Amino acid sequence: LAHGGGGKAMHDLIDQIFAARFKPQSREDQARLKHPALLEPGAQLAFTTDSFVVSPLEFPGGDIGKISVCGTVNDLAVGGALPLWLSAGFILEEGFDIATLVRIVESMVCTAEEAGVSIVTGDTKVVDKGKGDGVFINTSGVGVIPPGRELLASSVKAGDVAIVNHRLGDHGAAILAARGDLALSASIASDCQPLNGLMEAVLRVAPHVRAARDATRGGLASSLNEIAQEAGVGIEIEEKLLPIHSEVRGVSEILGLDPLYLANEGTLVLFVPEAEAEAALSAMKATSAGHQSAIIGRAVKDHPKRVIMQTLFGGRRIVDMLVGEQLPRIC
Amino acid sequence: MLALSLIIRGQVQGVGFRPTVWRLARECGLTGDVKNTGEGVEVRIWGEMAERFEAILKANLPGLARIDSIARHSLSGAAPQSFEIVNSQEGSVTQLAVTPDMATCPDCLDEIRDPFDRRYRYPFNNCTNCGPRFTIVQSGPYDRARTTMAPFAMCEDCADEFETPADRRFHAQPVACPHCGPTVWIEDLKSGARVEADDSPRLLADLILAGHIVAIRGLGGVHLACDATNTKTVGALRIRKRRKAKAFAMMARDLKVIGRYVAISTVEAAVLTSPAAPILLLYGQGETLPEAVAPGLSRLGFMLPHTPLHHLMFEHLDRPLIMTSGNISGHPQCTTNQEIRDKLSGIVDFALMHDREIANRIDDSVVAVDLGEARILRRARGYAPQAITLPDDFPQDPCILAMGSELKNTFCLTQKGQAILSQHMGDLEDAATNEEQRHNLALFSSLFHHQAEQLIVDAHPDYLPTQFGYEIAQGRPVTEVQHHHAHIAACMAENGVRLADGAVLGLALDGSGLGDDGTIWGGEVLLADYQGYQRLAHLKPVPLPGGAAAVREPWRNAYAHVVSSMGWPQFADRFAGLDLEERFGAQPLATLDAMMRKGINAPLSSSCGRLFDAAAALCGVAWGRQSFEGEAAMLFEAAIDRQCLKVEERAAYPFVIRAGTPLQLDPAPALEAMLEDRLKGASSGLLSARFHLGLAEALARLTLILAHQQRINIVALSGGCFQNASLFALLHDRLANAGLHILSHSKVPCNDGGLSLGQAAIGVARSLNVMGG
Ligand SMILES: [Fe+3]
Ligand SMILES: [Mg+2]
Ligand SMILES: [Zn+2]
Ligand SMILES: [Zn+2]
Repeated sequence: LAHGGGGKAMHDLIDQIFAARFKPQSREDQARLKHPALLEPGAQLAFTTDSFVVSPLEFPGGDIGKISVCGTVNDLAVGGALPLWLSAGFILEEGFDIATLVRIVESMVCTAEEAGVSIVTGDTKVVDKGKGDGVFINTSGVGVIPPGRELLASSVKAGDVAIVNHRLGDHGAAILAARGDLALSASIASDCQPLNGLMEAVLRVAPHVRAARDATRGGLASSLNEIAQEAGVGIEIEEKLLPIHSEVRGVSEILGLDPLYLANEGTLVLFVPEAEAEAALSAMKATSAGHQSAIIGRAVKDHPKRVIMQTLFGGRRIVDMLVGEQLPRIC
Repeated sequence: MLALSLIIRGQVQGVGFRPTVWRLARECGLTGDVKNTGEGVEVRIWGEMAERFEAILKANLPGLARIDSIARHSLSGAAPQSFEIVNSQEGSVTQLAVTPDMATCPDCLDEIRDPFDRRYRYPFNNCTNCGPRFTIVQSGPYDRARTTMAPFAMCEDCADEFETPADRRFHAQPVACPHCGPTVWIEDLKSGARVEADDSPRLLADLILAGHIVAIRGLGGVHLACDATNTKTVGALRIRKRRKAKAFAMMARDLKVIGRYVAISTVEAAVLTSPAAPILLLYGQGETLPEAVAPGLSRLGFMLPHTPLHHLMFEHLDRPLIMTSGNISGHPQCTTNQEIRDKLSGIVDFALMHDREIANRIDDSVVAVDLGEARILRRARGYAPQAITLPDDFPQDPCILAMGSELKNTFCLTQKGQAILSQHMGDLEDAATNEEQRHNLALFSSLFHHQAEQLIVDAHPDYLPTQFGYEIAQGRPVTEVQHHHAHIAACMAENGVRLADGAVLGLALDGSGLGDDGTIWGGEVLLADYQGYQRLAHLKPVPLPGGAAAVREPWRNAYAHVVSSMGWPQFADRFAGLDLEERFGAQPLATLDAMMRKGINAPLSSSCGRLFDAAAALCGVAWGRQSFEGEAAMLFEAAIDRQCLKVEERAAYPFVIRAGTPLQLDPAPALEAMLEDRLKGASSGLLSARFHLGLAEALARLTLILAHQQRINIVALSGGCFQNASLFALLHDRLANAGLHILSHSKVPCNDGGLSLGQAAIGVARSLNVMGG
């Protein structure tokens, strides 16, 4: 790839790789969007953006393209929004392999289709060799929150049940294993997947879901702490209820990492009133993104703003938000 | 006529001080009065003997009293007719200080053994010289209404004693007798029924002799007890409590029984029989106990009975009992009867319960006598919340709260030139311990009327007490202090190093603390005063592959050191004859290599504790997951063949000091020499001895170089590694012989349990900068 400068070569590149696949409706400088959901009185627009850097670019269960779509779709979905449109910005490193780029773009198209969103606008820049790591992608997303939906972390109340839709830490472990240099013999695939279908399925049967968070960077531990802080409640989880793949456990053990803090790309935790918990759980289990769904704990009145885990041996351990890296604290 | 006013400061309230003054004054034919004041006690005396009264008082202090200073003034005015104890006026006088809980005094002991005394065999007998204090207080000021004795209305006899100045129980808040005080009983935890007994302590002793494990609700918590000489029972206790290897403490009737199993020096005897009655670590000698009591260790932990209940129980027991904390490992210790029923029924058959609530949980303190001095390793029952006086040129004013460390947590308050350390609480990641810290923060604030103006925290952003400090600060300034600087400052403060004294050389050897360069420190020589420090030297940094996992698994440190010293291929080649190659081969070495190469969860660390882990693993006394913190290092020290320590210096393994700023101490040649010895078939006793000699030798050399360079001859030794009595003694010898003045810990632990004192001292010192400009 040698297409800096914005001349003819750049146009060809965009035509051949991006336009041909994303199929924009026009060649104007902006996408023009119409959707009936926008017109409903009381509907809210939801808008989010995220940038994606990952190494390796391709790994079991996904690639940077898939993540860049899922990440933004999921940020919209956990707010109760119907994700509709995405933008995609690429920063390519000069010399980047075209075949890989094509696979990544196709993966984005495919994931967008799965999630039912359109990638309607985009941008590409090329930087000098050595100034990027192959490709960085930014996506922004626009969605519509139907009238009456108000998912807020601050509305979680003591007694609400916490449910996750997927095993924890698969993505983090898959990425580490995929970096062949770590010599980890694990066949874990990333959980990378869009969660808007699952959210719609839950909200149909459990309209009072209080809040959901996708447990990306910082893992489940960070999401739970954010919610506890926002809502001013305590959260109690049980170690024996946490779905964790034995290989993820193995990898974590060797590396000295805690699966609760490993990143996910298609795993959310949601809080729902006890009365709707069973319905929510079955609805989640019936979706392809949620057949591993499990209740993991609940919000409580005690120890506000703290997350506590009942351990396998019956101890109660504080699960805190890590400020820094996982540096040892034992003296 | 001579008339004097004496204003006495120190530990003079709530310890029977005024009755003693009253008695002595009357005996001396003096008139006047005595009263508690905000500062301590004021005595006013008229009479011929007034001049000599100070000396007489000092020679006749009640057991728990301590005088820090006496200010004298002459008085005018007519002499009163008599000598009186003046009651403190409500409101005008500040709180009565709360003293630590104290072991039963000889007078009280005599009473429970006297069939004609009304407290014969009464398990809760106490007086102003002994008994519960801190464990029963719910809030300040300290008087009966705000203790867990409140539900027990005093009978007439007890009330009489309580109000009679001449009585040993004058204003003894927990005064009680069989008519009006708490009672004990035994419950069969299987059936939930009370076991009928005329004499519960005696029955309990019989149950223990019959091989039962029992729970005993005591002063500051619950003990699990069983016959320490019964191998089967001790083994059962290990399994039921899920405590694999950490040593059990023991209690025995008297020094004679303890002396059958361990050597006891005069200093050690004095510690055991002191009112604090701590667990004392003593070297085994004589009869042996089952290996399961303290697997692999050369020191055994013994304490003497510290309540009348324990004394009564031991009347019929001439053998030591295991007395370990009443919990399943990893769970918080029980304090209530209901918790005993709910949580301990899987461990014990019978429980001795009582109906006086434990307001504040407190562990048994742990002490060791090293180099002839008692050194507190866990500061709790009998010591907390006794104040430690800050060095005398420290400012009086700043009210500081220092939050302490994450494990072995204590916090520390300062006010009026005093530092008040909380009792040892332990691992704050445990939810119950964490809640206990909040409880204790509120309690101490109430007991000592303390409103912190600023907070001090460790610089590690993930330490829970650091996070909590920021959480509760609410606009008050929070200062971060580097971990090892705090260790050294703690050592300076408890040794009375004044602000004006300037800097010392600080040797901080511990497991890990966050350094100011983002790496993990733990083998440091600092040039330190209270304000700041400079890192002059440290152990060679080596990766900790797996971070916290490397703290739990010694083999990881061994591998990191092998790689960093000679590299794996050379190791595999030279030491193929050792079982180590095979043991390493079974581990995911390629992954560790990559972690260390790429810096994935493999932070660099100059930790001395991890070096000990590595040495323990390479020497063959430890390898996989440790069952408790510090296990590998303890086993490694215990392995020392003491004969080998006496041989010449040549025996010391070589460490290299590498030039640079800071200097680096490289253990690579020592580890290599150790492996060579192993190849020759040398015993782990020799290996460990030579390693200890080498490390002490090298640290001494390093310290002397720096002492010379900096023209400083005071060295402060701090950090958990100094719990290693051998390293401590060897290093101390060498430094002392070279003419250096050595500061070491005795009043607060050298481990992280003393950290909050150092944080607080630094906080007070720095506040001077701010105020003085
Ligand atoms: Fe430390
Ligand atoms: Mg995001
Ligand atoms: Zn007494
Ligand atoms: Zn009475």
